[in-house]
Amino acid sequence: MILEVRALTKVFGGLKAVEEVSFRVKQGVVLSIIGPNGAGKTTLFNCLTGMLTPTKGKVLFEEKDITRSKAHEITAMGIARSFQNIRVFGSMSVLENAMIGQHCRSGKGLLAAVMGTRGFVKEEDDIKARALEYLEFTGIAGYAGTLAENLPYGDQKRLEIARALASEPKLLLLDEPAAGMNPQESLALMELIRKIREWGKTVVIIEHDMKVVMGISDRIVVLDHGVKIAEGTPDEIRNNPQVIEAYLGKEEVF
Amino acid sequence: MLLQQIINGLTVGGVYALIALGYTLVYGILELINFAHGEIYMIGAYLGIIFLGIFTASGLTQYSLFLSLFLTFIMSVIVCSAYGFTVEKLAYKPLRNAPRLNPLISAIGVSIFLQNYVMLTQGATDKVFPHVLPVTTVKFLDVTMTSLQIFIIIASILLMAGLHVFIMKTKTGKAMRAVAQDKVMASLMGINIDRIISVTFIIGSGLAAVAGLMVAMYYGLVNYSIGYIAGIKAFTAAVLGGIGSIPGAMIGGFVLGLIESLGASYLSSEYKDAYAFIVLIVILLIKPTGLLGKSEGQKP
Repeated sequence: MILEVRALTKVFGGLKAVEEVSFRVKQGVVLSIIGPNGAGKTTLFNCLTGMLTPTKGKVLFEEKDITRSKAHEITAMGIARSFQNIRVFGSMSVLENAMIGQHCRSGKGLLAAVMGTRGFVKEEDDIKARALEYLEFTGIAGYAGTLAENLPYGDQKRLEIARALASEPKLLLLDEPAAGMNPQESLALMELIRKIREWGKTVVIIEHDMKVVMGISDRIVVLDHGVKIAEGTPDEIRNNPQVIEAYLGKEEVF
Repeated sequence: MLLQQIINGLTVGGVYALIALGYTLVYGILELINFAHGEIYMIGAYLGIIFLGIFTASGLTQYSLFLSLFLTFIMSVIVCSAYGFTVEKLAYKPLRNAPRLNPLISAIGVSIFLQNYVMLTQGATDKVFPHVLPVTTVKFLDVTMTSLQIFIIIASILLMAGLHVFIMKTKTGKAMRAVAQDKVMASLMGINIDRIISVTFIIGSGLAAVAGLMVAMYYGLVNYSIGYIAGIKAFTAAVLGGIGSIPGAMIGGFVLGLIESLGASYLSSEYKDAYAFIVLIVILLIKPTGLLGKSEGQKP
């Protein structure tokens, strides 16, 4: 198990955003978390990445308890995420964005930078080379020198994924990667996510686009009002009457 | 006459720019006007007197003036950075998630505290910076420059160039820019925000220490209250350049120095200190974002 969530609860004031949610993610799978708006999906992501501290419950990453770890520590352990709304560093170049992703993987400290040691210069070159590889992998290497804020929408989304990959995660969390994409862009995105999985990474995504969810998921977890109401393969979820009733309301969406 | 005033303006301007960088770096990352920054500069000036005194008493200055001055600079920078680091940890970090007014008031409190702390420990009267430097003057056309002026202009430009390379090229510099843009995202990239904030305060305080030392050498007198007016002028320089913008602070510092020096010689030297504030008011009225500042409204 690469990730295990045990009875996770997050309460905001009187609102239980996530309630006793448990699930496990196997190494190398794509797991989707679906549910209507306000089901607690993003809150769950925030709890997994150290942006929020859960009220109760545990998060285990590779058998280690990370429930109370800080965001930058969790990134260093190997979890990366993208956001629902784009959060690239707009006034930095595309390449620099990807290089920032490499931040926690490079060791040379401030002193080496100030002294401009050979090790430091070489490391900078290595970081640049690796950052470029991730840009190529996601298909935006041609934009390396462009300011991130000048990229088209779909490519900014790709940059978010490239930057997350550049932190060399074992587990990648994507929050609505297909939101706002046209059909071609979401097809390309599905292709990219498959490629990431073939590469041996584990992917957990939050997504509303059912074509994407059904097309790439090995397993699906369904949340409603903060509670997990179902879990299974795409086929099981498609035919689960509880899901259809609570989440979809009508069958033909699938 | 004009050229002479330009040289004088660039000398003071270099000092303003170095202090302004401290304001702008901290503002860029925390959106906090660190009103205690002027006091760090004042402490830097005092530390210069203290360390040079120690090195003179121990015979080092007589042995090698260059080494003694060099070590005075290094030690003042180190101790000032420690002050900046500590102030952030004690007075700002606990208020990081408080409303924006709270750390601002805390900064004013730190400023008052540091002034009084120096007044009590060092006395309320002016301290004289030891005259160890042989002052040579260079005549060029009809301009007279002292060796110290040349040193201040060159040193401030070199430090700024160094800072620029640091911010643009190094990993820590990139991390600082990332934190300035989006703290949450930066921490998800594995950047330790607390560490970057500390680095920012250390760099800003180190630059202020150099500025304080150079001013102490230039004017020869140091007083516990010099941080106040210098701090406000440097703040004006930072706003003039566009607060949060590093090149802006550099340009703002030099422009303000020039305005002051030209205004003093061509208009009236009585109002020398008022020019900075006139500039501040005019910018706030006409272009509140400053020369290089970007308008981005309130950050979320």
